[in-house]
Amino acid sequence: MPKDSGIGASSKRREDVRFLTGAGNYTDDINVHGQAYVHFLRSDIAHGRIKSIDTSAAETMPGVVKVFTGKDFEGVGGMPCGWEVTDRHGAPMQEPPHPILAQGKVRHVGDPIAAVVADSLEQARDAAEAIELDIEELPAVLDMKAAAQEGATLVHDDLKNNICYDWHLGEADNDKVNEVFANAAHVTTLDLVNNRLVANPMEPRVAVAEYSRGTDEYTLYTTSQNPHVIRLLMCAFVLGLPEHKVRVVAPDVGGGFGTKIFHYAEEAFCTFAAKACNRAVKWTSSRSEAFISDAHGRDHVSRIELALDADNNFIGLRTDTYANMGAYLSTFSSSVPTWLHGTLMAGNYKTPVIQVNVKAMFTNTVPVDAYRGAGRPEATYQLERVVDKAARELGVDPIALRRQNFITQFPYDTPVALTYDTGNYDGTMDKLEAAADLAGFAARRAQSEANGKLRGLGINCYIEACGIAPSNIVGMLGARAGLYDAATVRVNATGSISVMVGAHSHGQGHETAFPQVVADMIGIDESMVEIVHGDTSKIPFGMGTYGSRSLAVCGSAMVKATEKVIDKAKKIAAHLLEASEADIELKDGQFSVAGTDKSVAWGDVTLTAYVPHNFPLEVEPGLEETAFYDPANFTFPSGAYACEVEVDPETGQVSIEAFTAADDFGNIINPMIVDGQVHGGIGQGIGQALLENCAYDENGQLLSASYMDYAMPRADDVPFYSVDHSSQTPCTHNPLGVKGCGEAGAIGSPPAVINAVLDALNSGGKSIDHIDMPVSPSRVWAAMNG
Amino acid sequence: MYNFEFEKPSTIADAVAALGGEDAQALGGGQTLIPTLKQRLAAPSALVSLGGIPEMQGVCVEDDGAVSVGGATSHAVVAREAAGAYPALAALAGQIGDPAVRNRGTIGGSVANNDPAACYPAAVLGSGGTIVTNARQIAADDFFEGMFTTTLDEGEIITSVRFPVPQAASYQKFLQPASRFALVGAYVARFADGVRVAITGASEDGVFRWSEAEAALGKEFRPDALMDLRINPMNMIGDLHGSKEYRAHLVSVMTKRAVEACM
Ligand SMILES: Cc1cc2nc3c(=O)[nH]c(=O)nc-3n(C[C@H](O)[C@H](O)[C@H](O)COP(=O)(O)OP(=O)(O)OC[C@H]3O[C@@H](n4cnc5c(N)ncnc54)[C@H](O)[C@@H]3O)c2cc1C
Repeated sequence: MPKDSGIGASSKRREDVRFLTGAGNYTDDINVHGQAYVHFLRSDIAHGRIKSIDTSAAETMPGVVKVFTGKDFEGVGGMPCGWEVTDRHGAPMQEPPHPILAQGKVRHVGDPIAAVVADSLEQARDAAEAIELDIEELPAVLDMKAAAQEGATLVHDDLKNNICYDWHLGEADNDKVNEVFANAAHVTTLDLVNNRLVANPMEPRVAVAEYSRGTDEYTLYTTSQNPHVIRLLMCAFVLGLPEHKVRVVAPDVGGGFGTKIFHYAEEAFCTFAAKACNRAVKWTSSRSEAFISDAHGRDHVSRIELALDADNNFIGLRTDTYANMGAYLSTFSSSVPTWLHGTLMAGNYKTPVIQVNVKAMFTNTVPVDAYRGAGRPEATYQLERVVDKAARELGVDPIALRRQNFITQFPYDTPVALTYDTGNYDGTMDKLEAAADLAGFAARRAQSEANGKLRGLGINCYIEACGIAPSNIVGMLGARAGLYDAATVRVNATGSISVMVGAHSHGQGHETAFPQVVADMIGIDESMVEIVHGDTSKIPFGMGTYGSRSLAVCGSAMVKATEKVIDKAKKIAAHLLEASEADIELKDGQFSVAGTDKSVAWGDVTLTAYVPHNFPLEVEPGLEETAFYDPANFTFPSGAYACEVEVDPETGQVSIEAFTAADDFGNIINPMIVDGQVHGGIGQGIGQALLENCAYDENGQLLSASYMDYAMPRADDVPFYSVDHSSQTPCTHNPLGVKGCGEAGAIGSPPAVINAVLDALNSGGKSIDHIDMPVSPSRVWAAMNG
Repeated sequence: MYNFEFEKPSTIADAVAALGGEDAQALGGGQTLIPTLKQRLAAPSALVSLGGIPEMQGVCVEDDGAVSVGGATSHAVVAREAAGAYPALAALAGQIGDPAVRNRGTIGGSVANNDPAACYPAAVLGSGGTIVTNARQIAADDFFEGMFTTTLDEGEIITSVRFPVPQAASYQKFLQPASRFALVGAYVARFADGVRVAITGASEDGVFRWSEAEAALGKEFRPDALMDLRINPMNMIGDLHGSKEYRAHLVSVMTKRAVEACM
């Protein structure tokens, strides 16, 4: 029986009322009295040496408050990177400075050169046009393999080369790996590109900063997934401000998908300028600006090799990846191709020997960082494509080949540093086979063929590491932060509850799902519980929302804090009921004495906590508790996906006819929200697989710099999804047994789509091993006619 | 956007007068011009809106049976009001952009702009239409002069576009995945005295007539007539969304599909 409230209920998303009725309060809705506007003059070339910047004419233009250039930030910190990766020789990664405004060189189209603060945005833009630049254009570094060569043009003159790090994970002994491959009965090799993407949240980035001369306090309103992280990075590394004098607020945020995790130069600029100009300063990104200033995602070029024995067991895996960092290191960029990617290369399989090699490259492109899935989609794509290719080469059923190699014993230590606590990959595959009616595929294919179309079925499995992450482990791996989270449960006198959480909600539905947990634990109505998030002055601390961590990590903190509240409330109830604390039970919002009919209601206890006339002397008044929670391990959601496509052989057009997802997310708090997260993730995965392509020309100009050329998935590009979440192996190490579901769809879907397209093409008699994403009609046609 | 004066005359004569000012520019639905202004890629001194001129609005059937569309008529109105008299034209208008674009964008703006991937130029050329301006009448064959260029003079206004109605016609559009303009669009119109085939989206020279296809279809109007025809990829557009060869191939496929749809 589906529940109608509490844990397991598909409670309607309460935040949608304000989102859908235009009552949201986004950063751009915030206007501070007397604010000025900033316009950034951005580089229109990919690489150049700044010879001079003359701002004198601009400074005298109407409405101009102040014009800033890189010189104004000498002595100020640059944008920090939050993760130090150690290379294969034990040396730290090369970490070039990332100034707020360009100093010495411009390094990508969109690199900010100067900033004009003026009374109006149009005046700021007018003045920016009057800035005279003398920039000597240099050759653009774009191709990652060429950039790695000796003698290549340097993106950063002070570095020894363009390689940020050359990293490795897994089996270090090359001879041993070579031997596995030499003894293999079959080796499958595949060269792949994981296409660069632009995240494109519906709301572009915005920052509004104000400064009070009277109190020496700053407030920054910003479009962020993690306001505390922004405050910490900006105060400690960039501007050198005391944290207690800085408040960072991330109000309603219109989608992030990773690209709003990072601390951006524009945020630090507005904060700095608010004091320098003694005026609030506002920046609103235009959509065009977002394309060249929001961190991009993915952009890996890989070769993967899979070795199998004569019985088709996977015996070895080797992958070599070039990962694009762009021109500078964005906040978490360095961790994505390494600890979020290499560690996932075991996938769902018990491959005993795995070697992962990654070269991270600087190029004259926009910085690249985490985007929904972050590293895990890149790993899954490589692995699941090569497994599929192996099945085709060997003439075996792709599902049978996967099942044969599944990990079945848990906990399982992979050769690439993770310990999977639990899972049931065969069980999840069973769910998929039923939900996707795989038995009926042959008939559907025949029908498509009768209509002149090729039909293909693509299967994909995935594993992801979520609930990021145990601080002691990530600290060892180079993270410059802990990845715990925190919650304060504040019970009001009349029994309603405000929960201050570190996780930020920007589409995920925390405002609905989190109260379901607290209400369920106490046995009160969900409407009595409300979440407060997104404001450093209101919440204890929080590392924010990414890596499918909110419920697994912050939700666990919330559970712990609620347990503390309940423990204290029981003491008060015991006093009121003149019973022993050990005998007090809480059910349906009533405290009762076990084995009696004596009880007192939740509201009476909470009122007593704040009007403590009749109160246990040893207990403090009030009812509010805080807990921090540091996870013991990652969580490991997994799943199996099936995609069915039709290909028009005349035009190469691919249409997705069916998409089925079977996921194991452990326990589920709100099934409707989980379905929605999976739908959205699959939509983005289909976007990557079929449509989205962030492309540069040979001069480093962004070719897909607007929606005229960057294809986002639209409603009619995607099918109605079928999702099954009944395969559930609860996480073994967090109190709710939850694993996280936010990224799964984006991780699991691209290989399913590509596998399906190739199945369709090969069913038409062609022999086509691979087509790089996005599989646009022209690429499919070229492959068919190649 | 730079500052400009805004005028909204109610007669063609007043509009022509207003456009006589230095750097004044006509404003149709603004679906092309306003984004250009927002990006500061144009700096007209004045915008003269054509949206308030009643005689430039609407669809009517003339005495000779031709369909005449007022130069400031929106795509949505054409999709609705031409559906009876010229279904292929109405269907084309109904496939342009999204509802917002169709309710703002106008035929005059589209034809004057002559975007190489726009839909209307294919209908105008494929139907052998006439562009009527405040000063003259221009046959479609003489009007389009290559990407974003036409014979229009400075300040000249398209007041209406006249379409002879063929016996059968169809527009087949293959979508550019991002913009959903035509990656390639083929307009095939069968008249009593011959067949016209206009291709948009494909060529470096903008919309063009595919004369070999017209000749072949004039002899026998069936899809197979096109079987041996290939268009030379050399002058085709090659970009992120499709190579020259792919566009040349799509010209054949879309033309064939348009013929099939006419049968
Ligand atoms: C999201 C989007 C999708 C689109 N998709 C398509 C599509 O699929 N197919 C397609 O064909 N088009 C498409 N368009 C373009 C759309 O059809 C525009 O309406 C059209 O290109 C311009 O018409 P307009 O009335 O908006 O002209 P405006 O933008 O107002 O003007 C364009 C130019 O024409 C001039 N002009 C305007 N009216 C006249 C006139 N009567 N006489 C002389 N000159 C005039 C202006 O001075 C200007 O130079 C799309 C546009 C957008 C924004």
